Amino acid sequence: MFSSDQSCCWFVRKVICWRAVASMAWSVLLLLPTTALFVLLIRFSLFHPILWISECLSLLTSASAIFSFILLCGVVLMVGFFNLEYYTVVPSIACSKIALLGQVLHPRQFVHSLVHCIMGVVVAWCCAFTIGGRYRSLGHSCTQDESSSGPEMCLNEYHLVLLLVGAFIGYSHSLVGVVYNMNYVSFHTMQQYKYLRFKGALPLVVKASAVQALYCLRTFLLLYFFMGYAPRAWICKTLDLNINSSIHSLDSVSSLLDLSLLYHLWISGTFLLLTWYITVLLFRIFVTEVYSFPVQSTFTEDAHQCLPKVITGTQPMILKFLALQDLALLSQHSPSRRLEVFSLSQPGGHPHIWTALSKECLSLLSDLTERLVAHHDTVATNGRAKSQSTGGNKRSTTSSEGSVTSVGMEDMKTPRPGALIRTPGSVFLRSSVGAGLRTPLTIPFTPDLDSPFSSPALRRLTGPLEPQGALSPGFSSIQSPHVMRRGPKLWSASTDSQLNGSPPPSPGPAPSPSQAQLKPSFLVTFLQNRKDQLPEASSQALFADSQVHIWALQGLSHLVAASFSEDQYGIVQTTLPTILSTLLLLQEAVDRHFKLPHTSSKPGHCSCSMGDDSYKTLRFALRSTLKTSVYRITATFGGHLHAVQMSAEHRKRLQHFLEYKE
Amino acid sequence: MHHWTKRNVVMMCSLALFPPPLSGDGETSQYNESNTDPSVWFEDSPALNLYFPRESLKPHSRQESSSKSAFRDHCETLYTRSAGAWRDAGLSGLLNEIANSSAEVPKWLGVSSSCVLALLRWVSSFHSSLFPHLTLSSEEMTAEFSQVLDWSDCAVRSFAWHPHTQKCAVALSDDSIKIYNPKSATTPTLKHRLQRSVAALQWKPLCASALAVACHNCLLVWHVDPTSLSTRPSSGCAQVLSHPGHSPVTSVAWSPNGPLLVSASPRDTAMLVWDVAVESCVPLHRVGGGGVTYLSWSPDGSRVLAATPSSLFRVWETRMWTCERWPSLKGRCQSGCWSPDGSRLLFSVQGETVIYALTFTDNPGMPLMMSGGPKAATVVADLSETTLNTPDGDIMVGGEIQSLAWDPRGERLAVHVKGDAGAGRPAMIAVFKTQISPAFKLLPCGFVQGEAGTEPRLMQFNPNYQHGAQLTVCWSNGKITHVPFCFMSAGNPQPGLGGSPSLPLTQGRPADYNNQTLYTELIS
Repeated sequence: MFSSDQSCCWFVRKVICWRAVASMAWSVLLLLPTTALFVLLIRFSLFHPILWISECLSLLTSASAIFSFILLCGVVLMVGFFNLEYYTVVPSIACSKIALLGQVLHPRQFVHSLVHCIMGVVVAWCCAFTIGGRYRSLGHSCTQDESSSGPEMCLNEYHLVLLLVGAFIGYSHSLVGVVYNMNYVSFHTMQQYKYLRFKGALPLVVKASAVQALYCLRTFLLLYFFMGYAPRAWICKTLDLNINSSIHSLDSVSSLLDLSLLYHLWISGTFLLLTWYITVLLFRIFVTEVYSFPVQSTFTEDAHQCLPKVITGTQPMILKFLALQDLALLSQHSPSRRLEVFSLSQPGGHPHIWTALSKECLSLLSDLTERLVAHHDTVATNGRAKSQSTGGNKRSTTSSEGSVTSVGMEDMKTPRPGALIRTPGSVFLRSSVGAGLRTPLTIPFTPDLDSPFSSPALRRLTGPLEPQGALSPGFSSIQSPHVMRRGPKLWSASTDSQLNGSPPPSPGPAPSPSQAQLKPSFLVTFLQNRKDQLPEASSQALFADSQVHIWALQGLSHLVAASFSEDQYGIVQTTLPTILSTLLLLQEAVDRHFKLPHTSSKPGHCSCSMGDDSYKTLRFALRSTLKTSVYRITATFGGHLHAVQMSAEHRKRLQHFLEYKE
Repeated sequence: MHHWTKRNVVMMCSLALFPPPLSGDGETSQYNESNTDPSVWFEDSPALNLYFPRESLKPHSRQESSSKSAFRDHCETLYTRSAGAWRDAGLSGLLNEIANSSAEVPKWLGVSSSCVLALLRWVSSFHSSLFPHLTLSSEEMTAEFSQVLDWSDCAVRSFAWHPHTQKCAVALSDDSIKIYNPKSATTPTLKHRLQRSVAALQWKPLCASALAVACHNCLLVWHVDPTSLSTRPSSGCAQVLSHPGHSPVTSVAWSPNGPLLVSASPRDTAMLVWDVAVESCVPLHRVGGGGVTYLSWSPDGSRVLAATPSSLFRVWETRMWTCERWPSLKGRCQSGCWSPDGSRLLFSVQGETVIYALTFTDNPGMPLMMSGGPKAATVVADLSETTLNTPDGDIMVGGEIQSLAWDPRGERLAVHVKGDAGAGRPAMIAVFKTQISPAFKLLPCGFVQGEAGTEPRLMQFNPNYQHGAQLTVCWSNGKITHVPFCFMSAGNPQPGLGGSPSLPLTQGRPADYNNQTLYTELIS
């Protein structure tokens, strides 16, 4: 399941799993008051308050209620398990509608949707059972007409509608989860205790679930109004039930506007979503809790649990995130742990800890710089790609192919998003690399995916190529690694250049003229229209994992600032030129990125739903943190920085910071 | 137990020990300090001696209702009007709209909305009887809780020095903000549609350009490019941060080393912690107080003082954002300031004439602040009314405290005393010499006076003054002057005063405060 590497296994086993279990336990505990509240609301009667209370109490203590409660507990545990299995700290951002569709249709997501659908039905059944009355069972005895012998079983449509609402909300929960990255776990700038954080978020969760249930209900009722006969007929046929002709069917305007029915459906939907959202919320709160790693250990067998070791690993991502968060916090708040960072190794006197930490932070930052520069270059070449791309030379890019396939392999090995960068197309990437093996479903989408939509010219030229790719899987599978190399790069975080650090290739292969004479099919033009980039998405995808960079910046700058008074051996001074030049290079790259035409310069407004969209604003946080970090260093060192060796351009830039003119 | 030992160390200082102020002789600002200090400098930066006569500033006569009646078409349908009322004023606005247009709605709807409206008003009147400040209008509220004396009448509404460089921002009563930089010829003027009744300004630390502005119903964060030559930055340079129910904003404070900004509104029980870069906020709700009026972040970043309109204030620690409550004051906490190392908090209480001190002994890096927090506040200075003998006759000084300011080196404490014009006590600024280590000491230093007939309205220490401390004072006639205090920072302050002060006649009863302590309750 998880990576078999020994060094990180302990963390998943000891920390993440326990955190997940604790969050599930709390959500099961919280199910009790939620259920009680649900029973009170659903049985509400204004005119018989005493009867209402006593009925609710007797219902809550009955054996059948306990049975349905156990069912609900099972559902909550299942949701918790899915949270643990599907969570990610780096959101997968779909850069185009096609990529989004790919995410939705991915087999992994299909399992998720199916299970949530079933769980929705189970919860709805419990709700129906709790409401009782006309919702109680799927069939009820009825006498169709005088001629028939004895009572028959008829379909209880109210029950069916409730079950269908449950299934629909379950499915839409899963679907909306993909679109809004519900599985994304974000880290907060402010540290708060778990209880206070939960208390603060609870009103929002209640509101979000009520609103979401209302929207789902609206959509469901529309669907049921037009297509309600299909499930009804199907159920009747399979279960051999009759339709009671004496009662109006529910897919009419008058019967759907039954206020009591709507109220019951809405409260049930809210209850369903609330229990699930609480589980998600608790999971997020528990899993993002600060974990304090030891800076150094006295025992060698614990050495793999220490901060310098942990921070360099890549698997699992959550470990790296928590390690960097811990670094950022220790650099700000704990002088004693900072002292350990600045200490020398006992035999030998080498600053191993500082070297490891600063090296990792710097490599993260320079990776980001490279990524930004590559992105900027590709966007800049977009405009003049038309004339250049006509050359018919096929680039032989064995190294790139190798790297791409390795990414694909890695992704296939670990079901959880593993690579540092989840490219927007990574779902597709994975499915298309494994297309031949897995499912033919993804094949029709493959050409879109890898088609170089980078430049209009290329799109025009390679457009005719695509029907062939779409029709012949063999062709597609041969081409795909090669073309894919460019696919995600142009509009999103480029996996391969980030991996092997190669400069972006010039716009790629031109199609052979014979192929170019084919007419593009309707399907291709349709898909290409759908492929129009969501303008923000590429920028968001570039900075999808920038929380790591923010912490690296904070950690580095605070440590450097603290070293001014705390570093007894002067070990930080040796790295200071590198740190400064890395920061200034990144600053330049970020500035250039924000000057690109399609990147907005201000964060947008957040919607009120459970999906965490803080990844959309990470780039703004990064920009501001970067500036603050440079200022922190210049404000601490002041004129001493003139003694640091650096290039003339950087010196000029730094002088601006020293004069507070940036 | 702890505070008694401290009491023995702290010498309580009262105005009676001050040297009498000189009589006004036409200087823009005069300052008398004992001349024992060998290196007395009187260096003014003339470029920043500003003058804003009140007549030159025309306040906007822009009333929300007047513009509404000018633009809103009264022939709109009920639905449109209701939607507008809902958007503008929430539920009560909607109900009001429905109740007022009884001709167009069914009778039962009109009657029921009138009933609900009456019920709401009754409940809110009950609420405001608990918290009387809620009956004030927004402008009155800002004036009441501002650190500026007589805010509504003042030409200069707020003033902020940049924490790192010689640059300052001045908010004027015509709702504009001017930025002065002696090194640059341009003085940008910031205007924004939402920038009304500015209550506070603060520059972001570790940044050259960002300026937070507490406005009528939102927060603005301006990004003024220091290299730009534009004199009127567009409103696109400002980030608008607003949160429902969070108006008027009366205080803002940036974290000294991070991206966070806290904001307070007397109407909102929650203090908002903003991550400005991403424009998101976390409300920190706590029961009690009825709002938050004044915020002050300690210079080391470990704590935040949050005063409320009732007799309660909180001290938050910023690692895990828990707070300790300090109830049982005589009145609300009017002002407060932190020592440069963040270990000591001085605060004043409305209706009292003394300065209290709290000492935090724990390590700022500790995650839990419960361990080392103080258990009681001590009185360190008494500013009750006193008559001082001057060559021109006796003058009365002292009174309630409007605001406190501590210079960034921790050597001078300026106390803005409200005074009472009717009783012949002018508002004035008393300056103390302070010493933080090894023991906390507060010694009288002198008074800062302006031209005859003017009184100080607000004051702030310049954080970038090289030769000691520099106090910037905005006067009631619209002038802004800078009073330098020059001293050798490293040397020990002189324990005695140059001239022996004439024996004062004490009218207050400073001894009353000796046995008075405040106690805290520890609640997360």
